[in-house]
Amino acid sequence: MMGDDETTGPTAADRPATMGADVLVAASGLRVYFPIRSGTPLRGVVGHVRAVDGVDLEVRRGETLGLVGESGCGKSTLGNALLRLVEPTAGRVEFDGTDVTSLPASELRSLRRRMAMIFQDPYASLDPRRTVGDCIGEPLAIHRLHRGRARRAARVGELMEIVGLNPDHRGRYPHEFSGGQRQRVGIARALAGEPDFIVCDEPIASLDVSVQATVLNLLVRLQRELGLTYLFVSHDLAAVRQIADRVAVMYLGRVVEVGAASSLVSKPEHPYTEALVSAVPVPEPERERERRRIVLAGDIPSPAAPPSGCRFRTRCPKVFEPCPDHDPVLQAVGGSASVEQFAACHLHGVTTTPPPSSPSSR
Amino acid sequence: MNDETRGGGPTGAAGPTQPGATDRLGATDRLDVVGDKHRPRWQETLLLLARNPMAVAASLVLLLLVLVGVLGEWLAPYGYNEQFVGGQLESPSTDHWFGTDEFGRDVFSRVLMGAEVSLRVGAVAVGISLVAGVLIGLFAGYFGRWLDDALMRFMDMLFAFPALLMAIAVLAILGRGENNAMIAIGIVYTPIFARVTRASVLSVREEVFIRASRASGAGSLRIIFRHVLPNAAPPIIVQTTISLAFAILSEAALSFVGLGTQPPNPSWGLMLSEGRGFVEHAWWMALFPGLAIFFVVLAFNVLGDALRDVLDPRQRSVLTGKGAGR
Repeated sequence: MMGDDETTGPTAADRPATMGADVLVAASGLRVYFPIRSGTPLRGVVGHVRAVDGVDLEVRRGETLGLVGESGCGKSTLGNALLRLVEPTAGRVEFDGTDVTSLPASELRSLRRRMAMIFQDPYASLDPRRTVGDCIGEPLAIHRLHRGRARRAARVGELMEIVGLNPDHRGRYPHEFSGGQRQRVGIARALAGEPDFIVCDEPIASLDVSVQATVLNLLVRLQRELGLTYLFVSHDLAAVRQIADRVAVMYLGRVVEVGAASSLVSKPEHPYTEALVSAVPVPEPERERERRRIVLAGDIPSPAAPPSGCRFRTRCPKVFEPCPDHDPVLQAVGGSASVEQFAACHLHGVTTTPPPSSPSSR
Repeated sequence: MNDETRGGGPTGAAGPTQPGATDRLGATDRLDVVGDKHRPRWQETLLLLARNPMAVAASLVLLLLVLVGVLGEWLAPYGYNEQFVGGQLESPSTDHWFGTDEFGRDVFSRVLMGAEVSLRVGAVAVGISLVAGVLIGLFAGYFGRWLDDALMRFMDMLFAFPALLMAIAVLAILGRGENNAMIAIGIVYTPIFARVTRASVLSVREEVFIRASRASGAGSLRIIFRHVLPNAAPPIIVQTTISLAFAILSEAALSFVGLGTQPPNPSWGLMLSEGRGFVEHAWWMALFPGLAIFFVVLAFNVLGDALRDVLDPRQRSVLTGKGAGR
């Protein structure tokens, strides 16, 4: 792999922000920094946590894009920033051609009908003082859909049916449901506005293993029936491999590899992806015995002070000379004709990103 | 059970991760429907309150207060200002159940008619500080930043003055009298409500369900009044009951220094203050208005605690004994 001199080939830098006609959500040069304030009375800013630090990402219409990475790598923040639930520090997000990042508050609110979020913790994401019927009906009330008491009630009942809840339970409170059922309430709420795009932020991570599969199946079925586009954020590569068409791997605020789910898992091109893949148990005893796990040394570095050059170099088993000095960009490393695979690693030729001050990276 | 359309199990390539797991929706996954009758919420609230004997007793005391407040004039055996010459400072008897004061006025009649003042002070003064304080606390806590600083520093300013001194200052501007006393008390207690509300809002604001509501497209006002306020309410309810008590006492203090209820009108606070000077000779003068204040304040507190429990859906299902709970 080393010595491949492919820097002249098509790189990520050549891709326009919205490649192809079927891109629903596109982020370019997206950065989300959180200020670190000192404890002194004047609360001066002493640094920034770079939760998302220059991400270019496309979600294609109708696909499920898996977003994986260790905890703290910024994947949830990225999901929130795509919906502008967190204000991006720099960069832009386009939703179906509309620049979400510069949209005035009122227009953003009406656009929110078309994008939704399913949250990780179904215990915390439902207002304990409102009935699940109120909760599911809230997007309807906000966007003035299905107006009139009876019609709205009918729609709420329908949504509950769709996600496998008993509509007669609309008057109950969230605490009267189990974790899996609450997550279904969260899903019904996400569906209420008939969105195109749903960010699933670790939707099964806090559920019992026994209900994880049923919720995952529900999400798959809904996507098929309603033509939804998912960004599926998870730290569980095994689950993502099952549900996603493409997978993006994040490390310390950056996307380090993107590609088709199958090829990314079978032929990872970035050492970090390799390590992640090697950590997933294989459900076949013979092959499981042969599986050699790449154990990464050390902890994830502080996102407030990421390493110079390649961020992964402090833990990378294949680190070599250019790594500390050059910050690699995503470049094409293969994949199929329809789904290219991109990796940000100097093993595929030394590349460098412009300094973070430039508004549109690349 | 009743969802044939979605009975299907594994779904193609992107099937279940668990080997053998099927999409088990429907009957097994549903709570039983039996006993899920739906009464209107306020009816259920009343029913639950009715199960708490302390709350019932407190409600009765307050109901009595309201009745006496409205009908006091007709219930009282004598006029509030009717003097019995030669019958001053008489101890309780069958003629004068609570005795007479230094002017020979019937203490029982005056206590009955003083109920109205206490009721009004409680309702109006606390109403003013509740509405103003909660609004200030909500906006300061929710929006934060400069609005928080501006509003809360102003509240701190009001808070820096001793309550009574502050009320006297306000009355100096507005002029004396019962109505102005209520306004003054309302202003004095506003910072307390603002602080309690803000503290509560600060924690509720960070909840995931607030972000979920924003993700649905909810505007700030909707989030504040539909999600933040109900979840921030419990400490406010308790603060209200405490403040009702303090408001009645403050009115007494203001009346004592001559800025509140003007003699010869009856007010429990005024009567308590006047009776203080005669405690050694005529204990009944201070005891009965004092007891009246005591019972009303106690009733407000008990009812407030009970309300707080009943209005919390989680407590509610413990009380009704239904629901899975967690």
